Amino acid sequence: MNAPLTPSRLTMRNVVKRFGATLALDGVHLEVAPGEAHALIGENGAGKSTLMKVLSGALRPDAGEMQLDGRPYRPANPLDARQTGIAMIYQELTLAPHLTVEENVTLGIEQARWGVLQRRPMRARVRAALDELSHPDIHPDVPVRELSVGAQQLVEVARALMTDARIIVMDEPTSSLTGEDTAHLFALIRRLKTHGVSVIYISHFLEEVREIADRFTVLRDGATVGGGRVADTPLRRIIELMVGRDLAEMFPRVPHEPGEVVLELHGLSGPRMPHGVDLALRRGEILGLSGLIGSGRTELLRAVFGLDPVRAGRVRVAVVAGQPVTDTGASPHGRLAPGVGMVSEDRKGEGLALPMSVADNVTLSRLDTVGRWGFLNLRRQRHAAQRWVEHLHIRTQGPRQATWDLSGGNQQKVAVARLLHQDADVLLLDEPTRGIDVGAKVEIFRLMGELAARGKAILFVSSYLPELLGVCDRIAVMSRGRLVACRSTDSWTEPDIMAAATGGTA
Amino acid sequence: MSLSPAERVGGRMRPRWWRLLNLLGPLLGLAMIIVGFGVASQIKTGLDEHRFLIERAERRATAGLDPEPVPERWELIRRQENRFLTVNTFRATANQTVAVGIAAMGMTMIIISAGIDLSVGSVIALSSVVTAWCLRSGWPPLTAVTAGLLVGGLCGLANALMITRLKVVPFIATLGMWGIARGLAKGIAAEQKIDAPAAWLGTHVLVREPQPAWLLVSPGVWAMLGLAVMVWAVLRYTTLGRHIFAIGSNEATARLCGIRVERTKLCLYALAGVCTGLAGVMQFCRLTVGDPTTAMGAELDVIAAVVIGGGSLSGGEGSVFGSLIGALIMAFLRVGCDHVGVPSWVQEMVIGAVIVLAVALDHLRRKKVSG
Repeated sequence: MNAPLTPSRLTMRNVVKRFGATLALDGVHLEVAPGEAHALIGENGAGKSTLMKVLSGALRPDAGEMQLDGRPYRPANPLDARQTGIAMIYQELTLAPHLTVEENVTLGIEQARWGVLQRRPMRARVRAALDELSHPDIHPDVPVRELSVGAQQLVEVARALMTDARIIVMDEPTSSLTGEDTAHLFALIRRLKTHGVSVIYISHFLEEVREIADRFTVLRDGATVGGGRVADTPLRRIIELMVGRDLAEMFPRVPHEPGEVVLELHGLSGPRMPHGVDLALRRGEILGLSGLIGSGRTELLRAVFGLDPVRAGRVRVAVVAGQPVTDTGASPHGRLAPGVGMVSEDRKGEGLALPMSVADNVTLSRLDTVGRWGFLNLRRQRHAAQRWVEHLHIRTQGPRQATWDLSGGNQQKVAVARLLHQDADVLLLDEPTRGIDVGAKVEIFRLMGELAARGKAILFVSSYLPELLGVCDRIAVMSRGRLVACRSTDSWTEPDIMAAATGGTA
Repeated sequence: MSLSPAERVGGRMRPRWWRLLNLLGPLLGLAMIIVGFGVASQIKTGLDEHRFLIERAERRATAGLDPEPVPERWELIRRQENRFLTVNTFRATANQTVAVGIAAMGMTMIIISAGIDLSVGSVIALSSVVTAWCLRSGWPPLTAVTAGLLVGGLCGLANALMITRLKVVPFIATLGMWGIARGLAKGIAAEQKIDAPAAWLGTHVLVREPQPAWLLVSPGVWAMLGLAVMVWAVLRYTTLGRHIFAIGSNEATARLCGIRVERTKLCLYALAGVCTGLAGVMQFCRLTVGDPTTAMGAELDVIAAVVIGGGSLSGGEGSVFGSLIGALIMAFLRVGCDHVGVPSWVQEMVIGAVIVLAVALDHLRRKKVSG
């Protein structure tokens, strides 16, 4: 890589980290200039997290050299790194929900005399940090669990500013944000840059990288494989660097024809959301569901699947045999029978039983297919799971492996495999591509296309518009619990969808 | 693109009265229980008197004497002196609360940190046995008390070491200590009660009538209140307290922010252990013998007190004064049931129901507000 003309803020050279026999980092180079936003890109497992753990002092590198503003940098622990000016903002928000804004911002760096907190000077510093973020409206005494996700992220940034951070690392900061909050975050990053703070930005969203980053570095298999100025590099080139192969297409299209209606919603209303939603989903169709976070997309899916009570309206599911099943007091159990399946947006909390094996997770909703009279035939269970592991190319040591050992993308495939094993005709997929790498995303998209071609109906929720536009036949937009528009993908553009989602009009 | 400063993302600030209300909930429950038992006790004594008078009138009638007039029931109930709402009942109940209340102070800290301590009852027994043993060996009372506290602290420290070094979850680690401490107490006491010269520990600490009358309640009760204020201050005004809340709220975050989680837990469990040790000393003061089988199942009373007072077993929440009121609620339930003559099996069912009810009500109230 070319050395920049300005003296660099952070230099990492030949960083190596071993975990037992596996080489997690195998000679990583990273150069970050003062006041720049530097994107760190790579598939899951490429070593980004390990590298950032080395940077933040959570891990000690086995070899290599690190310099911060020209001085050797060897953090002993996270606190040391924090005090040297490295601040981390993680993918999952790392706030203590019960503590107030002030308590969170000063956590670990409280000012105290003889163990007794010095509240007044701390309050002043917290206020100053919030002012610097142009958010004096965030009250220091509010418990953070009462804040919106976007505001919580601001609290994390305030925490970084408290230690006079010279480098702020943001790990997938937008994965839990709405478009609006993302815009705020980008404005904030630009402001941080003008203050001379360097931002290392880790993201799977390459469009975001294009928008916010000045330069980028790509990691693959624990090594730096490329980098450069974002403005000079085509998106395609970055993707190819990441996956190390030519991407035929980001959104592979498998031809499929919509058939008869299998799922019909009439004026469906839940306890709070959704509000009177009418929708018809056809066999062999991929219907995208867009909207801001909190617009009721997830609630709609939950109501259809019987996870949330239905207050009004009807859900009609046409089964293979042809008899429609209609009721308002359904349960997930009642939905599974006519062939409705759901992949939850909360993979860790709800979607998968992570400590259980891949085989258990794949067969969990239809254990009767691999046993008799309440007894499981473990061999048959493994065989059944193995079939899906091979079919979906799930990278695992075998069906007996615990699910939490798998990468995010492979976990998601396990969740989809459960629907396939259940032989669902209607697939409700809530953010199935969240937090998984590009390669895995492409595979999920191809799978969705293949399923549609086999006559499955897919309702696909996503916050990522290019994805919706790339794979869906039709796109419906929700706003404040109502379905405001639903039409063919050809007639939508990204700004259209945003307008419909934010304004409530199409 | 820039942020307008006027934008509201700050969430709403809970007013001060809201925080008071949080405390008021359990307090209201306590008041209801006291008043309820006061009324019940009044009615019961009145009815007893009524039955007694009727029986006497009948006896006189059969003996051929003039039956004296029996006043109306209501009149009788009204005329009775209330035997429940007396200073003595309150003092006695407060004295009964002391052991559980003091142990609940330690438990509050532990539960806030998302931990649990099942060894409390056993450690209370051990500490009271050790205190008695020291006194019998001729040590001065103050030294014996110190030994009792020390033993409690050591048990807490052992719990913390099992949790932080052996990586055993608190439930299991303290379940182990539950057995170890109880066994040790029986061993030291040779499986029987230790009679010891209690000196002022027996005559001054947990007495009905406090020696200088201006104390109003016994020194033991004052010790409980003093400890409560101290623990409250630690939780609110020190880094240790803040770190305890942070660990209970989100341990990963706490670690990430450079908090030395292991060391904090060590301090926390040791402090809580000292509290339990003090509870054991108080138990000795009440019994004036070292009984290795005392306080069986006390840990559940203590946990119940904390939970009734608003503590959450998933951590991050809990209040010192709430726990204190929780302990008082349970003590008043017991004393009140005794007064009214409720059989003990009903008593136990009532207490069980109250625990569930308290937590359910708390949950409901929270949901109402957030929804």
